[in-house]
Amino acid sequence: MKGMTIIVKKISQIICPVIFMFGLYIIVHGHLTPGGGFAGGVIMAGAFILQILANGNILPKLRKEEEGLEFLESSAILGFLILAGLGLLLSGGVVFFANFMEKGVLGNLISAGFIPLENIVVGAEVCAAIATIFIALVVYKDEVKK
Amino acid sequence: MNSLIPLFVIIPLGCAFLMAMLGRFIKNINKFITPIFMLFLVYLSLSFIFKSQGSLIYKVGGFEPVNGVPIAIYMVMDGLTKLILLVISLVGFLAIFYSLSYTKQYTAERKFYVLFSLMIAGMNGIVISGDIFNIFVFLEIAAISSYALVAFGVEKHQLEASFKYQVLGGIASLIILLTIALIYWNTGTLNIADISRQLTVNSQAGTNVFLKFISILLIAGFGLKAAIFPFHSWLPDAHSSAPSPISAMLSGVLIKAIGIYVIIRLFFNMFPLSYEISMTITVLGTISMIIGGLLAIGQWDIKRMLAYSSISQIGYIVLGLGIGMLVLVTGGNKAVAALSITGGLFHLLNHSIFKSLLFLSAGAVEYRTGTRDMRKMGGLSEVLPITSRTSLIGSLAISGIPPFNGFFSKLIIIIAAIQAQYYVLAFLAVLVSVITIAYFMKLQKYTFYNNDGSKWIEKKIKEVPFSMTFSMILLSILCLIMSLLIIPEVRTIFLQPAVDVLINSAYYTTKIIGI
Repeated sequence: MKGMTIIVKKISQIICPVIFMFGLYIIVHGHLTPGGGFAGGVIMAGAFILQILANGNILPKLRKEEEGLEFLESSAILGFLILAGLGLLLSGGVVFFANFMEKGVLGNLISAGFIPLENIVVGAEVCAAIATIFIALVVYKDEVKK
Repeated sequence: MNSLIPLFVIIPLGCAFLMAMLGRFIKNINKFITPIFMLFLVYLSLSFIFKSQGSLIYKVGGFEPVNGVPIAIYMVMDGLTKLILLVISLVGFLAIFYSLSYTKQYTAERKFYVLFSLMIAGMNGIVISGDIFNIFVFLEIAAISSYALVAFGVEKHQLEASFKYQVLGGIASLIILLTIALIYWNTGTLNIADISRQLTVNSQAGTNVFLKFISILLIAGFGLKAAIFPFHSWLPDAHSSAPSPISAMLSGVLIKAIGIYVIIRLFFNMFPLSYEISMTITVLGTISMIIGGLLAIGQWDIKRMLAYSSISQIGYIVLGLGIGMLVLVTGGNKAVAALSITGGLFHLLNHSIFKSLLFLSAGAVEYRTGTRDMRKMGGLSEVLPITSRTSLIGSLAISGIPPFNGFFSKLIIIIAAIQAQYYVLAFLAVLVSVITIAYFMKLQKYTFYNNDGSKWIEKKIKEVPFSMTFSMILLSILCLIMSLLIIPEVRTIFLQPAVDVLINSAYYTTKIIGI
């Protein structure tokens, strides 16, 4: 797959950070506004996908990227499980997924205990998974052509 | 004990992603982690069977019910759950121990163990979940990892089988999701116990037509996963093309955990029993018993024959449970119903042992000879003595020859059918048992005997490696030990709690809702 024209490349370079930031915003405000880990993660993955579409793929680089993303994905799920397991430990071995942190004031950014943390981990997981699926499809298509 | 219930999902899920991370850096670490955690799960499920009494309930997140309406995700551990968890972890452990040598032929070896752990997590999740939507979520985890595992060898026929499995599995999942949506629309809850209460208390939700529609959809959806008769077409392809330890898991455990288990849990504990539905289940079970047996006779592919035999034996299990339902709904003797359900569950337990043994033995033959066609084999008992003996034991057990376990469970089902005065069903069960002997004699003759095996001695074929023989020998010993379940004292520990849960269908609801 070849890259697109200079106009598309430049504009996507300008837009991508904004999209990425917006994804982050959705994730960290997951407990206050609609959206959350999943929706924000998909938006963040969209920024990656836009870059690949605009600039074309350089296979060896993409393969490396894929490995890193796989690692991120596994570690994000592990992080999610560890947070849930910490709840089990800190609540005296009774409640899995116990909200063990301070709940804070309703409506503040830092509130709702460990739910924002879980949202961040879910966001990383979804972003990595969707980008991995896209890259796998691109790599597969090029390998079939050969 | 209560707080240990979620470990059945946490451990395999955590290990799967730990292995996906570490396996890249440390060679062969997956081969250490998987058998160890499977062994731990065996220990955990045994300790639940021996140490805990009655139903245990676990509320995820610790949310207590509000005004008697459960709002947390419930995990329920009762007799039936413990039994199925033991089967999953025991067969899973032996299958993964077998794979230690078997998977050397694949390039992406470490991913095999990751997918296997995910499949275990999915199945355990379905079994301990007390919530119909979580059953769907875990069902998808188990099903999607099994799609990938069926296609693991990435050969042409494997990809084709996996694709067929995916299409039919996708249809099944769609039907199940639609049913869950309909149930939620009518009752306003997803908790199995709460749905059951709504259906009996709230007469508007439990109208007859609605219930029948839902029941038929559920039989279609989970019947597709369990490969009961009109929905069985994917099973012979998928189970014969998969790597052998995976075939053993699919045939031995997966179709029971995500098909039969959910069917019996929902129809005994959630819906009010009805004559029409019980009759449908019994008839479908009988037909799949006969059709599977008849189709198996003509097969020349060793694993394909075993796959058809799975359909036939699943028919036996469904028949036993169906007769129990019929007796309960017509107000017959409860002891007869209990006997029949005991037979069905006992056969479920036995089938998972001997069918995985037979698939592992077939896998050992394929591993050494490189073919699955029985016409190209013959005389293998000379070069593969252990495989030949274990396969013989498995064949004897599945055809119902006395000291082995298959005899006793089939006997119980047939006696229960006679006591319930379903003489035709009893006759058909005996007839299919004869057919079973016929095709397993064919399998034994063409694979292991038939000639002197000089062809194989010339090729210098040796017995399979230790980890494979270990699993097969242990499973054949289990084939003998399982017969002990016929003794009433042993039966009260393992089978009776499960039967009690199904017989007293209201008990499940009252225990969880706590009225």
